[in-house]
Amino acid sequence: MATNIWVLAETWRGQVTETTLELLTLGREVAGQCGGKLEAVLLGDKSLAASLGAADNVLCADNVEPTPEAVAAALAQLVKERQPQAVLVPWTNLSMDAGALAAAQLNVPFVNGCKDLKADAGTLVAQCVVYGGKLEAAVAATTPSTLFGVLPGSRPAASASNASSVTDVAVTLPEAKVKFTKYLEPEAGDVDITQKDVLVAVGRGIQQQDNLELAEGIANVLGGAVCGSRPVIDQGWLPLSRQVGKSGMSVKPKLYLMLGISGAPEHVEGMKNAGLIVVINTDANAPIFNVAHVGINADLFEVVPALTEKLKAAKGGA
Amino acid sequence: MNILVLLKMVPDVVEELEVAGDGKSLDTSFLRTIINERDDHALEQAILLKERHGGKVTVVALDAPDIDDTLFAAMAKGADRAVKITDAPEGMTTQMAAKLCGQVIAGLLPADLILTGVQALDDLDGLSAALVAQQLNFPYIGVVTAVTANGPTATVIKEFAGGVRGEFAVTLPAVLGVQAAEKPPRYVPVAKVRAVMKTNKIETVAAPGEAGAAQIEVRQLAKPVVSSHAEMLEGSPEEAAGKLVELLAQRGLL
Repeated sequence: MATNIWVLAETWRGQVTETTLELLTLGREVAGQCGGKLEAVLLGDKSLAASLGAADNVLCADNVEPTPEAVAAALAQLVKERQPQAVLVPWTNLSMDAGALAAAQLNVPFVNGCKDLKADAGTLVAQCVVYGGKLEAAVAATTPSTLFGVLPGSRPAASASNASSVTDVAVTLPEAKVKFTKYLEPEAGDVDITQKDVLVAVGRGIQQQDNLELAEGIANVLGGAVCGSRPVIDQGWLPLSRQVGKSGMSVKPKLYLMLGISGAPEHVEGMKNAGLIVVINTDANAPIFNVAHVGINADLFEVVPALTEKLKAAKGGA
Repeated sequence: MNILVLLKMVPDVVEELEVAGDGKSLDTSFLRTIINERDDHALEQAILLKERHGGKVTVVALDAPDIDDTLFAAMAKGADRAVKITDAPEGMTTQMAAKLCGQVIAGLLPADLILTGVQALDDLDGLSAALVAQQLNFPYIGVVTAVTANGPTATVIKEFAGGVRGEFAVTLPAVLGVQAAEKPPRYVPVAKVRAVMKTNKIETVAAPGEAGAAQIEVRQLAKPVVSSHAEMLEGSPEEAAGKLVELLAQRGLL
């Protein structure tokens, strides 16, 4: 069994997530390199096994509550019993704590921020994003059954065309000390940024709340809305409903104009599919220039006023 | 309530990061470090809880360049006690560091809550909060954005995606991996930090026991291989803005 590759199936409100299906594509490649099977671990609703047809087999335990504590305990128990070569865990808000806790219980590494994974002469080597995307590390894990936290977007999603076998497994869970109570929905009433054709996104480089006026000015001219990266939301300068990225919204506007955003992977995850990505940033080495289509390496406080005036003129003349 | 906060220094990624000659580690000769941003939020959440419920906040950190400034700043913000772990081996991974920190934290118990950042910029082999929780056999949840204490339990909000959050009831004592505090981390004037430096002391404790060996091997550390790069609009800010307007017009985006 030691050559099997597992994928922890992540479920969200009654569905298997897209990231899970992407991990199945990656897991299939790695299983091929290791000469093992690809198995999905489904902790929860057994009927979802039908969505995991890309795996050779689905290990299913349906008595696991969706808390990091319960998922980690169940996963750690199954890994101990069945000893897969590696476990791929979605590196998402939903699953990162369960993966980290399961690895701690197993005393194996939780190699995180992986954008790629392959077997190199029998050793699994992950390509990991570190330091907010400024650098990447090739990380070899020699411990059997290492857990890998894999970023969304690592591969295209696998289709569920083949019906895989399902193996019911029993797990014994400890007394629950973390209990799920309820979902808290995003506040309604604000602009729905996922529906806008034009978004002006601000990051740390906007420096202070008053400067958001600059972004609003451009957004008004273009008929768009202002959104932000994590630091701007954390500061309370924009509501949670305007956050783009891992914890916030995934957006796909026709134009995504970025002001003072360096391009941490958590933000890129939420906007990489935008039609035209334009970046204004003073740091010529900011990783976002490798994601954007068009860039201006300059001080946003010098470019934006000029840009707003020219846009007004262009719109007025149209 | 009694709250312990685990802090860590990380490279400031606003600066350029250089890879050392070995091709596997950071060049630390000109490295500027700052408090891990998520840990700063953990500290803020702890102080907010103290203000709301009373109690004591203790900050704990491994020795590192500039750590004293960070610990004094934490006390100036409202932490009551600072503990620095000295004589730890260099170049520890997250897993190894957590092993040492967990042992020190065990010696500082009882506590109702142990807070730390949900992740750090340089984590490669695990998350501190989960590792410490496992050592102490305390419950753990991560990606936390709000905490309210209700006697033997805490109501904890965890962030999912798309702006949706989940509410959890967590039995105390517990370890929480903080994503963001309920309010932005407070600013503390330098004068106040200086005053605290004169009146408060940082306690030191020698790293206990063994950190163990790394279970991962970093084979290479490098700048990302760039598969594409933005088309750059050159010229003065005025000229670049003009070029951008032209381009947007051509693409039918105006």
